[in-house]
Amino acid sequence: MTTTDLDAGTPARTSAPRGTGTRATRVLGIATVVAMAWLVAFGLGFSPADRDQEESVRILYVHVPTIWIAYLAFVVTAISSGCYLFGRKKSLGFDRVAGASAEIGVVFMAVTLIVGALWGRLTWGVFWQWDARLTTTALLFVTYIGYLAVRRLGGSHHQRAKRSAVLGLLAVLEIPLVHWSVRLWRSLHQEATVLRTDGDISMDGLMLFSLFVGVIAFTLLYVWLLLHRSRTMFLEDLIEDRGLDQALAARRAEAEEVRP
Amino acid sequence: MSRWRVALLVARKDLAIEWRSRVVLDQVLPFAGVTMVLFAFALDSDAVLERVAPGLVWLAVLFSLLVLVQRAFAVEAADGALDALRVAGVDPMSIYWGKGLSLALQLLVLEALLLAAAVVLYGAEVPAEGVVLLVTTSITATPGLAAVGTLYGGLAAGFTGRETLLPLLVLPAVAPVLIGATRAVESALGTAGAATSDGWPWVGLLTVFAVAFGVGGSLAFGPLIDE
Repeated sequence: MTTTDLDAGTPARTSAPRGTGTRATRVLGIATVVAMAWLVAFGLGFSPADRDQEESVRILYVHVPTIWIAYLAFVVTAISSGCYLFGRKKSLGFDRVAGASAEIGVVFMAVTLIVGALWGRLTWGVFWQWDARLTTTALLFVTYIGYLAVRRLGGSHHQRAKRSAVLGLLAVLEIPLVHWSVRLWRSLHQEATVLRTDGDISMDGLMLFSLFVGVIAFTLLYVWLLLHRSRTMFLEDLIEDRGLDQALAARRAEAEEVRP
Repeated sequence: MSRWRVALLVARKDLAIEWRSRVVLDQVLPFAGVTMVLFAFALDSDAVLERVAPGLVWLAVLFSLLVLVQRAFAVEAADGALDALRVAGVDPMSIYWGKGLSLALQLLVLEALLLAAAVVLYGAEVPAEGVVLLVTTSITATPGLAAVGTLYGGLAAGFTGRETLLPLLVLPAVAPVLIGATRAVESALGTAGAATSDGWPWVGLLTVFAVAFGVGGSLAFGPLIDE
C-alpha cells in the first residue's frame, strides 16, 4: 500500500506517524553504519590472515555474529510471545516485536548458512557437513519460515497474535528436541570426525577483537531493524483497521440514503 | 462427561467415518505402497535397499501422515463440524485427544503394513530378538507423530488456502521422530550389523518427544483452533 491510502482516511486520524524514524533510531542508524565501517576495516584490513585458513577466516567475522544474533532474535520472539499470551493487557506491541524479531532472525540465519557454506567449501572442501550444529540450524531455519507463514494466515490482529504466539512458544519446545536428536544421531550413529568451526583454533588477539566488532555491529543492526520493522507492522495494522473503518462508514452512508 | 469419555467418542466418530468412507483403505494405503515402490526405483540396488529399508519405512509413514492429517481435518471442515463441536461445548483438549487417538490407531496399522512391505520388497528380515524393540518403537513413535500431526492439522488443514502450510510445519517438527525411529528399527532388524541393545536410547528419545508434544499440544490446540 502507498502512503496515499493512509492519507485517504478520515481527517481526524492523521495523527498517525508518517514514518518509522525517530531521533533515537537515526542516532542508532548512524552508529550502525559507523560500526559496519569499523568491521570492514578490521575484518578485511587490520586483522591478519589465519595460518591454516588463510584469507577465508575473514568470513567468520560475519558468520559468527549473525548466528549469535539470529539465536538472540528467536529468544526475543519467544519472550515477546510469552508476554503477549500471559500478559494481562494482551498488547499487540509484543506481537509485533515477536514477528519483527523472527523475520530478522530468519534473514540473519540465511546469511549465516550462506556464508558458512562458502567458508566450508574453502576450508573443508565441501559446502555442507552433517554436523549436529549445522543440521539443527537448518531445521530451525525452516521452523521459523513456517512461523512467518502462519503470521500471514489472516484474520483479526488478535487472532494472528494469539496463533503466532502459541507457535512461537511451540518452536521453543522443538529446538531442544531437534538439537538433542541430531546430536545423538551424529555421536551414536557413526564415528564421524566432526569438523568443528572453532575448538582447535586458538585465536589471535586482533582476530578476537575483529569478531567483537562484528558482534557490536550486527547487534546494532538488529536493534535498528527491529525498531523500524515493528513500527512498519504497526502502520500495516493501522492501514487494515482504517480500511475496515472506511468500509463500515460507506455501508452506513448507504443505509442513510435508503432511509426515507 | 469426563474429558476422556468425550475424547473416546470423538475418536470413535473419526474411525467410524474412516471405516465407512474407505478413504484410508482405498487411497492412503495405496499411496504409501506406491511410495515404497518408487523408493526402489530411485535407489535401484538390492544391497542399498536392504540397508536403508528402516528409513524408507518411516519416510513413507511421514508422507502418509500428512495425507491422513489433511483427511482428518477435511472431515471436520465440511459443514463446519469443528465449529459445531465447539459450540456444543466440547472441550478442545478432548477434541485433540480424540482426533490424535484415531490418527494414532490409523498410523499403527499403516506402520505394520509398511514394515511388511519392506520385508517383501526390500528383503528386510526381522530377527526374533528384535521383535520387542520393533513393537516398542512403533508404540512410542506413533503418539509423537499423532500429537504433532493433530496439532498443526487443526491450524493448517481443512481451511481453504492453508493446506500447503501443513508439510512446512509438520516435517521439521517430526524430524526427531524420523531420526529416532529409523535408528531404533535399524537396531531391531540388525541392519548393517547394528546391535539390538543400541536401539533402546532411541526409544527413550521417542518417549520424551511424545510426552513433550502430547502435553504441549494439549495446551496449544485450543488457542490454535479458536477463531
